[in-house]
Amino acid sequence: MIGRDILGIEDLSRSEIELILETAERMQEIGTREVKKVPTLRGRTMINLFFEPSTRTQTSFEIAGKRLAADVVNFSVSGSSVSKRETLLDTAKTLDAMDPDVVIVRHRVAGVPYRLAEVLHAPVINAGDGAHEHPTQAMLDMLTVMEQKGRIEGLTVTIVGDIAHSRVARSNIYGFRKLGAEVRVAGPPTMLPADIESLGVKAYTNLREAIDGVDVVMALRIQMERLDGACFPSVREYSSTFGLDRAKLRFAKEDAIVMHPGPVNRGVELAHELADHRSSVILDQVRNGVALRMALLYLVSGRLKAEEAASAEGAGPKAAARRGGD
Amino acid sequence: MRIAHEIVERIEDPERLYLVAIPNGGVALGRILIENLESLTGIRTPLGILDTTLYRDDLSTRSSRPRLRRTEMPSSVDDRVVVLVEDVVNTGRTIRAAMDALMDFGRPSQVRVVALVDRGHRELPIKIDFVGKNIPTQPNEKVIFRAGTDASASAQTDETAAAEDPDPTVLELIVRESEGG
Repeated sequence: MIGRDILGIEDLSRSEIELILETAERMQEIGTREVKKVPTLRGRTMINLFFEPSTRTQTSFEIAGKRLAADVVNFSVSGSSVSKRETLLDTAKTLDAMDPDVVIVRHRVAGVPYRLAEVLHAPVINAGDGAHEHPTQAMLDMLTVMEQKGRIEGLTVTIVGDIAHSRVARSNIYGFRKLGAEVRVAGPPTMLPADIESLGVKAYTNLREAIDGVDVVMALRIQMERLDGACFPSVREYSSTFGLDRAKLRFAKEDAIVMHPGPVNRGVELAHELADHRSSVILDQVRNGVALRMALLYLVSGRLKAEEAASAEGAGPKAAARRGGD
Repeated sequence: MRIAHEIVERIEDPERLYLVAIPNGGVALGRILIENLESLTGIRTPLGILDTTLYRDDLSTRSSRPRLRRTEMPSSVDDRVVVLVEDVVNTGRTIRAAMDALMDFGRPSQVRVVALVDRGHRELPIKIDFVGKNIPTQPNEKVIFRAGTDASASAQTDETAAAEDPDPTVLELIVRESEGG
């Protein structure tokens, strides 16, 4: 997979996802060592290009790169007053001239990582683009479920919250469906896209029905700073209807796990008691995020040689790699 | 079993022994050696598994990244006499990678190497301390052996099955190892 862009779960095959998850399982062991570093990506450069602030994801990628001995550069672009398209391409060309081996991109506009991937010689990993996809979050969620349940095939997963605006929900729907799980989504009607069932999920507006007998309940973060009043009357009403607590969780399987991509709004998506409850695997998700990102960096980082790019005959520097797989 | 005897003879303090197998080939041999060592000394030697993939020196020249294998180190290697266990040693590059990996787990007092087969085309200054059998081969040949429950084993080259008959000595050795386990 060297040179392969990781832009969305939608573009990945089941066997690619399985290879990434298996590699991540091996990477977990490095995090348990006293010396948490291997020399694998020594001399390689990884650029974190974050147009939208995200301390957690950026830190997770940074630690992942450092554990593989890559040189990690954080290139944070704040603000937005400039004309996006021009700035983006100029930024991309500037970065490319610095010969990175992998570029991590986060942007609040959907599709930006795709545009950058066309320009950069280095593979691009999407760290979240608008309401589109957040593939590494979905794969770390899948890794956590594998770790807790030993499998994904045949499980039932319910995603609760603002499905319409959530890249985490979208990527997880693609991912868990590709690996053979049944996926349900639940939220107020204003947060459920009308055509969501075309993705192969079942939509519920009643939480109790949605989590009845399920193995995994994934609560999404409510973007309070953006949404209060827009999609539901009040935060209090949301938390009483869709906030998870122990009483509601009783309807799920007895050994059901509770997930959340963080940061948690305590008392909104999850009751205090639940965030710290044994069924909560939120901190495992964070830990697995590093291993999963190490796996991706290991598998894809590396610039394609100039001649390989030329052989793609003007179809974009990485067209050959995208077609050829591997 | 002969290798286990040699290890016991040459390593003065069997309590400090720690076998570290390199997957995949070294793991089966490591398990057999653990049993044999226990029957000789009465001591259960720890067995670690150490994948060397992330320490390889050819990652930047390969067109794809190799699949990782499991690493499991049950306890600290500090001040232990570590014996790396590999099935076939040829260039010595895997042993070099294993030594680097091992040092990330602590500071062994000594490091030794045991191999079932030594093909001899060393590219690095690495010596095998305990060897089952030297098999001179061409660099482009491949040594494959099988030691199953039916104790069938053979050494074959890449070319054709007839290029080199199964070596009876290796066969015998593996048969004995299997019985010991």
